[in-house]
Amino acid sequence: MSQAEALAAPPALYTPHAAPRATDAAVELRLKSLHYGDFRAVRDVNLTIRRNAVTALIGPSGCGKSTVLRCINRMNDLVRGFRLDGEVRFRGRDIYDKAVDPVAVRRAIGMVFQQPNPFAMSVARNVTFGLKLNGVRDHLNERVEQALRGAALWDEVKDHLNKSALSLSGGQQQRLCIARAIATQPEVILMDEPCSAIDPIATLKIEELMTALKAKYTIVIVTHNLQQARRVADDTAFLYVDRSAGGRTGYLVESGPTAEFFANPREKPTQDYVAGAFG
Amino acid sequence: MTRPDPTGTLARPPTRFDKWADRSFRGLAATSAALAVLLVVGIVAQIAGQAEPAVREYGVDFLTTSKWDPSGKKFGVLPQIAGTLYSSVLGVALGSLFGVTVAIVLTQDFLPPRLEAVAKGVVELLSAVPSVVYGLWGIFVVIPALRPLANAAHETFGALPIFGTRLSGPGLLPAAFVLAIMVLPTVTAISRDALAAVPGKLREAAFGLGATRWEAIVKVVLPTASRGIFGAIVLAFGRAVGETMALAMLLGNSNSFSWSLFAPGTTLATLMANQWPESGAVEKGALMYAGLVLLGITLLINSVGTLILRRTVRVEEAHQ
Repeated sequence: MSQAEALAAPPALYTPHAAPRATDAAVELRLKSLHYGDFRAVRDVNLTIRRNAVTALIGPSGCGKSTVLRCINRMNDLVRGFRLDGEVRFRGRDIYDKAVDPVAVRRAIGMVFQQPNPFAMSVARNVTFGLKLNGVRDHLNERVEQALRGAALWDEVKDHLNKSALSLSGGQQQRLCIARAIATQPEVILMDEPCSAIDPIATLKIEELMTALKAKYTIVIVTHNLQQARRVADDTAFLYVDRSAGGRTGYLVESGPTAEFFANPREKPTQDYVAGAFG
Repeated sequence: MTRPDPTGTLARPPTRFDKWADRSFRGLAATSAALAVLLVVGIVAQIAGQAEPAVREYGVDFLTTSKWDPSGKKFGVLPQIAGTLYSSVLGVALGSLFGVTVAIVLTQDFLPPRLEAVAKGVVELLSAVPSVVYGLWGIFVVIPALRPLANAAHETFGALPIFGTRLSGPGLLPAAFVLAIMVLPTVTAISRDALAAVPGKLREAAFGLGATRWEAIVKVVLPTASRGIFGAIVLAFGRAVGETMALAMLLGNSNSFSWSLFAPGTTLATLMANQWPESGAVEKGALMYAGLVLLGITLLINSVGTLILRRTVRVEEAHQ
């Protein structure tokens, strides 16, 4: 099969997601509290993440926005002493149900991290890594191209697919990580401050990418950059730190469609934060 | 805010004492470093000097013949070279398998942190056990334990050269076994460092893509640490090649080489330990030559190991 044919006839992996489309929600968070050992990091986050939209989690340092994000694909399970009280509904079930395998969750909900973290392998092997985990062995070249095109990186690396991923610039590495995440066509992509370690021009590219990717994916992004949330997010959720009772517990203050959120914040902390009083 | 008076600065040039202390300390450090280098050069020169007559007399034949006959003044260390390499390869292969596994358990969140620290300490303690104690343990525990198994293997698969003889007492397998335990702390300590140096963000990336713990270790962590682990194995090899006491006790000092795991054998180091006390002037020269050969092998292996380790560090730095 030629490359063009392979792309024209999408392999089985590219069929639309089997998840129920009855609701508009891709993920529903109903978190009562998140603990690290005895430390209560987050409380009361009730948030609906809309399908094929970009949802931004914003808030000051230490408000638990990354912790909340990492609940959505059970990455926090890797942290010793982490406990979750509440539920995260995805594809009609609670992913914290005992019967659910966290590895399966992470295969359906991809993640891009704060620091670009490509493996010390070639560009192509970085992209195929997730495919191989999922047992996909056919059309690898086409899939690599498709993923790299999807991450707006193809033109820059198509002649160096066998070069080490570590030879790429920071911004290119981060787009490679996005390509690696979308190669398996997950349903949701989580991005944990994906632009904080890269320069402004690369940031712009990744922001454009997010807007393009939401046609196919549901995206949740953590950012400390209000302007970024304004530019890319359809919905914005603001988390703040509750320092009463001597603790430092993050909680969800309010959330809503981005334009409305920034135009008319309802709560006092949100108004101060959006006005640039702190943060 | 008022600016401090420019002449009121607290900055002072270093005193004469400061300069003197700095110079003397640098001198002391340089002298120590030079002494260490001189010592190595001196030892090599001394051994080479003592071996020189034997080198001139026996030349390359020394390395390719098998006779050790002090009365006939015929000397060759081929079985010793072969035995050294064979026992080291076996011991290091066993020890590496074991050691890398232990290093994985110690670094990949298999144990609670406190237990991890305890287990690490216990493994390091293995390097504090004297060689002669390992030898005795080998004689009284390992050989009797292996003997029934070894002899059963010989009876069943005796046609294979590696099972070609019975294990009657000392032999290669018990020696390799004890050697494996002796190199375990080296392998574990260095590969533990290499594994711990794998950036956490790479493990996160693997888990984030939906890798199981096993997949994350085999496909990401081990390959990233592979140079360091390889370096650990080479350094362990260097150690195994020079090991003397335990092997002299367990290998049986037979001046021959056999592929059988159960046959007695010999190494360069055990040859020197066994022959030296009763040797005459000519044999001493030959033993010095054997020492030179051993030194060459060890030096070669250690330089390769160091080189590999240095390159690993550079790869890891590039990844920061």
